[in-house]
Amino acid sequence: MARDTAPRAKNGYRHQYAIFAFMVALFLVLPYVIYPVFLMQALCFALFACAFNLLIGYTGLVSFGHAMFLGAAGYISAHAAKVWGLPPELAILAGTAASAALGLVVGLLAIRRQGIYFAMITLALAQMIFFFSLQAKFTGGEDGIQSVPRGVMFGILNLQDMMTMYFVVLAIFLAGFLLICRVIHSPFGQVLKAIRENEPRAISLGYNVHQYKLIAFVLSAALSGLAGGTKAIVFQLASLTDVHWTMSGEVVLMTLLGGMGTLFGPVVGAFIVIAMQNYLAQLGSWVTIAQGVVFVICVLAFRRGIVGELGRFLKKPL
Amino acid sequence: MAGDYILETERLTKEFRGFVAVNGVGLRVRRGSVHALIGPNGAGKTTCFNLLTKFLTPSAGRILYNGRDITRAAPADVAQMGLVRSFQISAVFPHLTLLENVRVALQKKRGKSFDFWRSERALDSLNDRAAELLAEVGLAEFAHLTAVELPYGRKRALEIATTLALEPELLLLDEPTAGMGHEDLGRVVALIKRVAANRTVLMVEHNLSVVADLSHTITVLARGEVLVEGDYAAVSKNPQVIEAYMGSGHA
Ligand SMILES: Nc1ncnc2c1ncn2[C@@H]1O[C@H](COP(=O)(O)OP(=O)(O)O)[C@@H](O)[C@H]1O
Ligand SMILES: [Mg+2]
Repeated sequence: MARDTAPRAKNGYRHQYAIFAFMVALFLVLPYVIYPVFLMQALCFALFACAFNLLIGYTGLVSFGHAMFLGAAGYISAHAAKVWGLPPELAILAGTAASAALGLVVGLLAIRRQGIYFAMITLALAQMIFFFSLQAKFTGGEDGIQSVPRGVMFGILNLQDMMTMYFVVLAIFLAGFLLICRVIHSPFGQVLKAIRENEPRAISLGYNVHQYKLIAFVLSAALSGLAGGTKAIVFQLASLTDVHWTMSGEVVLMTLLGGMGTLFGPVVGAFIVIAMQNYLAQLGSWVTIAQGVVFVICVLAFRRGIVGELGRFLKKPL
Repeated sequence: MAGDYILETERLTKEFRGFVAVNGVGLRVRRGSVHALIGPNGAGKTTCFNLLTKFLTPSAGRILYNGRDITRAAPADVAQMGLVRSFQISAVFPHLTLLENVRVALQKKRGKSFDFWRSERALDSLNDRAAELLAEVGLAEFAHLTAVELPYGRKRALEIATTLALEPELLLLDEPTAGMGHEDLGRVVALIKRVAANRTVLMVEHNLSVVADLSHTITVLARGEVLVEGDYAAVSKNPQVIEAYMGSGHA
């Protein structure tokens, strides 16, 4: 029990720097041990899950339509790189901006609803984006946008080179991750936390909670877009898979599995889910069942997710 | 702005699906006074508070605050105008530390806290004032505990400290001493007295000795309607009050 009465907020998350350093070191070494393509895929999804977690874990909003931000950015980035011939950094930026704008529209429509109604509106709007993607010309329908050029980033980084591509993806992931850390530990993040903890009280203190939720929603959408745009450039493909409702479900799964409301949980969750999909691929359609079983076991065994339970055990927020 | 009454309601009414919880209430709260709202359980006191702070929209009637019509205002806006409430069920941010709880309120005075790109350390300048407020309610030594770890009476004290951080012009307290032990109660009563020196307080309170001790004016509510209004001596002698209020199990 802290009896330190000095007027200073307790800095209870210094250990997170150490974990972050460990994570960076790990990601610097891993591509020499594990197939980098798998790592890049996992990093994109890790960023997506972290962005989703900003909403569910730190704002208390459950979106069932987050695939629309991943997928829409993918289409825009792919189109920008392939048709407009933009360099990859601008293509990714275009995708991110598009998702942020989409997030603003969806947010304005949904943010005043509570709980399941909020989730349903996001799901419905995501379905609309899905059907738009299926029908629109520029998205390529069932085929998606294929053979997207990776190009040369900032005029010097040739993304055709696997390792260069990997480190670019890692840099993007880390930038997104650090931004989320900053958001959580900012004055804005304090208000978000207060809203999640006790919304009526936050209102009674004069906070217009819808505005705060909307900003969090747009940030989450933009970061999901960053993940989607990067993914499209890495895999040279934007397809319906990324706007499909199952993708919205997968990101929920990743986040819950790793531990919602934890900093590192979504990263762990994303890696586990992507690893299962890759290494269990030979099971065919049984992957979904295997995934379901693992999920059910995890939820029953660790209600707070893997990292969440670990944090509880260590009595430290992770 | 300079009127005698800081808050006035005209025929304030709230209906819940045919059930009239608040019925034509005309309340006038004199600036600088401590005004108590009493009445048996279910009389509509909390509903009144919800109407005044815009957590509920009235079915009919008007609310004037500092002469301004706030009948259609948003709850966050009336809070910013200086009309701040506490809740009957203690309202704290359970997993924030006590210091952070108070600081969230102090933070409001920075204006909008949309700065998601800035470090939390931007708020450190508020820590001294937060610690001061905690000391005022006797919670200084617990500043770094999370609110959820506090016993009930102390949560109420924390809630008052948080409310005071906004320096409200009109403070609405819904049963501030409910569930408090003797020691906490004495401290909170003294605190309310102190803060009432330079602001108006409207409070719902069941403990009649607290009411007698603190309030200048008492409004008795029963079944959603105003029964009587006056000072303690007058109200406590009223036969209707004795029947309605004391009759329902209050000593
Ligand atoms: N949201 C609501 N919906 C329906 N009835 C309500 C609601 N809130 C309060 N009531 C009813 O209104 C009456 C007054 O309640 P309340 O204002 O809480 O009383 P008090 O605070 O004086 O004890 C009670 O009969 C209660 O059941
Ligand atoms: Mg009540």
